[in-house]
Amino acid sequence: MELVPLLLKILYAAIMLVVVLTIAGYSVLIERKVSAYQHGRIGPNRTTTPFIRPIPVIGPLLTRLGIIQLPADGLKFLFKEDFTPPYVNRPFFWAAPLIAFVPSLAVIAVIPFGQYTSPLTGEMIPLVLAPMDLGVIFVLAIGSLSVYGVVLAGWGSNSKYSFLGGIRSSAQMISYELSLGLSIFPVFLWMNAPGSDAGLSLSSVVEAQNTMWFLITCPLSAFLFLVGIFAETNRLPFDMAESETDLVGGFHTEYSSFKFGLFFVGEYGAMAVGSALFVLLFLGGWNFLPFLANPWPAGWIGSVLSVLWFLVKVVGMITFFVLIRWTLPRYRFDQVMKLGWTVLLPLAIANLIVNAAAVAIHDLW
Amino acid sequence: MDIFFILFALLTVVPAFLMVVTPNPVAGAVFLILSFIGMACLFVLLEAFFLAVLQILVYAGAIMVLFLFIIMLLDVREVEKLRPNTVTAAAAGVSLLLLVLGLIAVLAGDGLSGQLLSALPAVPDYPAADEPLGLAQKVKAYGYGLFTKYMLPFQLTGILLLIAMIGVIVLSKKRAAEEGAESAGADS
Repeated sequence: MELVPLLLKILYAAIMLVVVLTIAGYSVLIERKVSAYQHGRIGPNRTTTPFIRPIPVIGPLLTRLGIIQLPADGLKFLFKEDFTPPYVNRPFFWAAPLIAFVPSLAVIAVIPFGQYTSPLTGEMIPLVLAPMDLGVIFVLAIGSLSVYGVVLAGWGSNSKYSFLGGIRSSAQMISYELSLGLSIFPVFLWMNAPGSDAGLSLSSVVEAQNTMWFLITCPLSAFLFLVGIFAETNRLPFDMAESETDLVGGFHTEYSSFKFGLFFVGEYGAMAVGSALFVLLFLGGWNFLPFLANPWPAGWIGSVLSVLWFLVKVVGMITFFVLIRWTLPRYRFDQVMKLGWTVLLPLAIANLIVNAAAVAIHDLW
Repeated sequence: MDIFFILFALLTVVPAFLMVVTPNPVAGAVFLILSFIGMACLFVLLEAFFLAVLQILVYAGAIMVLFLFIIMLLDVREVEKLRPNTVTAAAAGVSLLLLVLGLIAVLAGDGLSGQLLSALPAVPDYPAADEPLGLAQKVKAYGYGLFTKYMLPFQLTGILLLIAMIGVIVLSKKRAAEEGAESAGADS
């Protein structure tokens, strides 16, 4: 490979990483602000810096919105004492935060986030780091590795609470991964029905939803996928790994400082990526609205607009994740298992069979 | 390409060896996952991307989580060292040697189908051998081959898995029934 394209790729990857980490960081702020709103509080509204406070109107506004809270929180994590308890299994204890952090970010390589329509030829190119044809399977495969961070943290910490958190998390992952994987098959069945040949990439899913979202045509798939994503990202009502009311902090009870920060950012990164996936698969990606043609003009203005519209949808999904967290109580562990195996899995299989039959009948028509 | 092959081959073989020798079962499971990931990387080098992703999804992602779950649930901290029986060790060594020799013979000489394995077409005969296939079509070709040409081995694998499942059910039920009978006997 030549040097310049390689360096450009590395630069793009770095930019994308920074953007996703920023989104992950600010979803913490969204979480704090939305939960405060739901509790009737104000949320973070004091943190500021000498450079921002004196600006006439914007300064106090930014302070009240808590925009500076993110760097403050990050620095706090960096400068806290990094304490490693003497009884832990060190290699696992040190590797676990990295294993939790890396897969959730590796997935962003195949996530498309906008389109570029060439003004000369009218050709539409999706904007994506690695245009991979197996996009969706790749996402599922790498996403399935993220559970090891939680499991190994729980085991390596050598403490009862962490251990229980790790065990619960692995059991939950085994139970919900099946229905998560099965739930998106109908979407790809319809896309690859006889006569159409769209493949398995995430950008072709968005193209297929040009005027009609899969949320409307496959609502059960969307629901099952949403539940699966909640379970996979360990968000309430499925945060078995943490369950802070009965397990103190679950898998990260023994972690402090930067290692805890990695878990923390990894969790919110996984949530941002999960929201992006749901938007791509069921909410039409960067397509404008169902039943309407895309208003994005050709050229880079259209690209910027499509990326912004995609980000608006993703932030909307993140807010939805947060609203659910502060609305529903946590399931009990046995309820989680029962729901996964006796409700979601049969529903997902039935959904797949019904849709496959529908595709076949549609083909006969 | 050679550097990558050596790197990924080491990533496959070294953890596999460590998996066998480590006394800690959790570390063993982690080494096995590493080995699977190395194998997926080797598939990527062979341009079998679909197989590589499936290797991660099914083996590293799903099956090994189950393994870890069971190891952790049983809470096995250390496996006791068993001195291998001399006869068993010798038999294992001989069978390993025969297996390797057989593989080399099959790969170097005429394959099982009577053709040189290296002479077999790299792309399945669907839709046409000389037409370059896109990745998505490769997945399609994979499925097509699986459900037509290789239907019988595919079905047999399914039956094999079913037999294993039924075997597990029979074995665990039998033990539970025996224990139930014993406790009932003790009661009376």
